[in-house]
Amino acid sequence: MAGTPYEILGVKKDATAAQIKSAYLKLAKKHHPDLNPGDKRAEERFKSISAAHDLLSDLEKRARYDRGEIDATGQERAPDRKFYRGYAEGAQGGRYRGGGQGGADSAAFQDIFADLFRNGGPLGGQGGPQGAGAFAGGRMRSADQRYQLTVSFIEAALGAARRLTLPDGRTLDVTIPAGLENGQVLRLRGQGEAGVNGQPAGDALIEVDILPHSFFRRDGDDIHLDLPVTAGEAALGAKIAVPTLTGPVNMSIPRHSDTGRQLRLRGRGIPARGGRPAGDLYVTLKIVLGTPDAAFEEALKAFYERHTIDPRKHLVETS
Amino acid sequence: MISLQSVCAAVPGLTEDDLRRWLEHDWVRPERQAGEPAFAEIDVARIRLIRELYMDFEVNEPSVPLVLSLLDQLYATRRQLRLVLETLDPPARRTVAETLAPVIPLDSES
Repeated sequence: MAGTPYEILGVKKDATAAQIKSAYLKLAKKHHPDLNPGDKRAEERFKSISAAHDLLSDLEKRARYDRGEIDATGQERAPDRKFYRGYAEGAQGGRYRGGGQGGADSAAFQDIFADLFRNGGPLGGQGGPQGAGAFAGGRMRSADQRYQLTVSFIEAALGAARRLTLPDGRTLDVTIPAGLENGQVLRLRGQGEAGVNGQPAGDALIEVDILPHSFFRRDGDDIHLDLPVTAGEAALGAKIAVPTLTGPVNMSIPRHSDTGRQLRLRGRGIPARGGRPAGDLYVTLKIVLGTPDAAFEEALKAFYERHTIDPRKHLVETS
Repeated sequence: MISLQSVCAAVPGLTEDDLRRWLEHDWVRPERQAGEPAFAEIDVARIRLIRELYMDFEVNEPSVPLVLSLLDQLYATRRQLRLVLETLDPPARRTVAETLAPVIPLDSES
């Protein structure tokens, strides 16, 4: 940075000591090398600023300079200083990693890799690779590729085979195991980024989203279903077809069933796999009245004249 | 290794009380030898920086940890980037540089 000390600090020749200090602090904060690690010229600028300040803040030196007895360049030899940034980027800087003591820098690597080596391109309209780096046992493995896959409720419950077309044109056959949970990640070894220079290939990580079903709900290995029945089916009993994961199954409704009654179809939940027994299908009855005609109304009136029923008696608070 | 007294002698305007307080605040984390802090050059450079932030730049005491935390994160990121680039072999480094050229114009040194 060329110029007189006054020019370097941007002050007038008759500036007061306070003005000089204020100008110096403003510039020093802006150009401090440790606050500008990416700017190679910051150190030179900072040294000029410091030298100019050293000279102008010393009344005697400033007077001698003003009289022309010393020149600014002669005073510009600021003591050779080792700045923090010269150390902080080395391995020893790891001691002052963000967030306190302990741990290794490599822990934070995955973040930076995920950001830096992200691959673009959507995948089949439902998600895409998110790119993540990974280190295995100290040896660098090629990057894992992350994909998102959306499957139907039934596919996740019963298992399925899906073929993905990757952005680079490869296809990947994915076996969805029966009973897959939402958010579960399938790892396909060696199907990520190809290995270079003898490094092992990365894995493909497939995060699976399960779409909700319009009438089945899942609770672990069991499936729940609200089943609408007519008042007649509930009162008189009936044999009706109930949807299950694998298709309709006939089920007997006992007579005098009521709304909320739960019936179980054993083994009709998530299929048995890997030593786990199959789950069950729980069917909860929901009486649907429909539109009564005159005869039904008469029958109901006659019935309630003979019987006093208070279905709300349990709603009274007992204190 | 440098003793606490030597550090204070080397950094103008720094008293032993200041430095002990900074150690308590964990602003500086030197290694320990027989329970006593043993400063390395990086610690001294960091102490100079803190002295400037705190005493010259008037960063007040509650704000110093904030500034240090941001700086530590900045330097951690730069260390990692450096390590990443150093891990790459020269052909791979060239490929990265060429790939990044449209977004990050690299100067001749890199």
